[in-house]
Amino acid sequence: MTAAPAQAGTAIGMSGLTVRFSSRRSQTTALDDVSLDIQPGEFVTIVGPSGCGKSTLLKIVAGLVRPTSGEVSLLGRPVRGPQKEIGFVFQKAALLEWRGARANILLQAEMRGMDRAQAARRADELIEMTGLTGFEKALPHELSGGMQQRVALCRALLHSPPVLLMDEPFGALDALTREQMNAELHRIWRETGTTVVLVTHSIAEAVFLGTRVVVMSPRPGRIIRTFPVELPAHRDYAQVMSDPRFDRLATDLRGLLGSAAANH
Amino acid sequence: MTENALDTAGQQAAAAMAAGAPAASAATPSTEGPGRSTVAGPPPGTGGHPPRPTLGRRALALADSLWRPALVLAAFFAAWWFVAAREYVPNYLVPTPGQVWTTMTDQWSELARHTMVTLYETVLGFVLAAALGLATAVAIAYSRTLDKALYPIVLFAQVIPKIAIAPLLVVWFGLGLTPKIILAVLIAFFPVVISGVAGLRSTDPELLDLAATMGAGPWRTFRKIRFPNALPHLMAGLKVAVTLAVVGAVVGEFVGASEGLGYVLLLANGNLDAPLLFADLILMSAIGIVLFVLVEIAEALLIPWHASRRAGVSLTTS
Repeated sequence: MTAAPAQAGTAIGMSGLTVRFSSRRSQTTALDDVSLDIQPGEFVTIVGPSGCGKSTLLKIVAGLVRPTSGEVSLLGRPVRGPQKEIGFVFQKAALLEWRGARANILLQAEMRGMDRAQAARRADELIEMTGLTGFEKALPHELSGGMQQRVALCRALLHSPPVLLMDEPFGALDALTREQMNAELHRIWRETGTTVVLVTHSIAEAVFLGTRVVVMSPRPGRIIRTFPVELPAHRDYAQVMSDPRFDRLATDLRGLLGSAAANH
Repeated sequence: MTENALDTAGQQAAAAMAAGAPAASAATPSTEGPGRSTVAGPPPGTGGHPPRPTLGRRALALADSLWRPALVLAAFFAAWWFVAAREYVPNYLVPTPGQVWTTMTDQWSELARHTMVTLYETVLGFVLAAALGLATAVAIAYSRTLDKALYPIVLFAQVIPKIAIAPLLVVWFGLGLTPKIILAVLIAFFPVVISGVAGLRSTDPELLDLAATMGAGPWRTFRKIRFPNALPHLMAGLKVAVTLAVVGAVVGEFVGASEGLGYVLLLANGNLDAPLLFADLILMSAIGIVLFVLVEIAEALLIPWHASRRAGVSLTTS
């Protein structure tokens, strides 16, 4: 595994981000004055109720949505259009139906015009690392949801991006597969040193994976609080679940999210 | 069945990974030996694909899919023969299958020549309609301006009765191949455009977002994502279009021609030559069926991954 080069300064900088969507009848504020700095190598998890603009926030960082006002920078450069220095994982695996698992992973290389031999080697590494060995040629419809999401993850990691953005990547998986994927993602993050921003509904997921947990309010989305996660960098799923520090933080988060929803 | 097998293997793999994770913090993936053996359940390369059917089994499958249409066709010919031979209908209106067969074999060289003419017009018209239709669909799917500008023209070209403009085309372009091909294009064009637009617009927006973050230009996104994604829709449109192209070519021949199956049909009708008329009709239908099957074969080769082609149940004839 090649570690992403350490960046000087912040990996992602957001200041005063506000997004308003206007339809014919009404105007909704999706995000209201969101500021957040993320350091290289951090794993930031964002939790909040549905519709609080978490996904919009990720799309702004990726340059897919323009904020109504505010500034974003990625790796020190202002974000103007779609960004190439990132890997993006969606809730749906969003795989190409007609390609096998390996070919789906290699789409990243083809679209970027990467060196073929190098991309093929890297794809084999990732397939090995995520336990997709033996399923290289299987079409998406032949794979379970967890396996599909592994393929999507490999595709997002193929070009060794310094920043990985994940939009509820395990939201559609069953609880057991989800725990396994969490453990895997944690290991991958440790091994690669990639900066990760992960949006989730699950408090357990947010605490287990994050080095920092950001809590957002219901629409219009604001950052209510940011919690540092005081757990060791190297975490074991079962141990973390029974750790009193995990319990305390999870309880705090649950209280905060509950009151945020109640006040709305 | 296959999917379940994959599922369990997947869970095992995941379990192995989860269990191996804490121990393998500094280890490279290759040292996770014990977990690896469970992962490699199905041999690489065969993952999920059923074994290739043997020749005998294929023949059986073919016979199984053919006996029903064959039975219906046989019943139809028997009824035709019965009605015609007993002269329930005058023989000059409905000839017997035998008479038609004799006519076809006796005049085979002439009929074959006319069939080739109509086939040529149909194929050329179909290919042009497919190319023009696809180009129009791309323009409509990619540009809102062109969408608004082109749709009325496309719709107008579709609703105008082709048989009504056929004489005009003959006046403009003469008795040669041109008016027939134009009619075939006009009539086959519409389903290609509609299915092409539907297909191109059905791309998952997340895939397009993904393509944008991959830094790919519009051409690469079209070639790798949008076009293959549109193929199932497009193939459905092409299947309709190819059968319509035959109609266009024959209508063109009705109005002014010196060769082709449409011309022979008019001739046979004028001479009250029912056996020739029936032979001609059979040949026209044969063109349509053969071309349809060819498009279907192309479909099976191009989109074997699609849901409509996956299960043993076929929605179409083959």
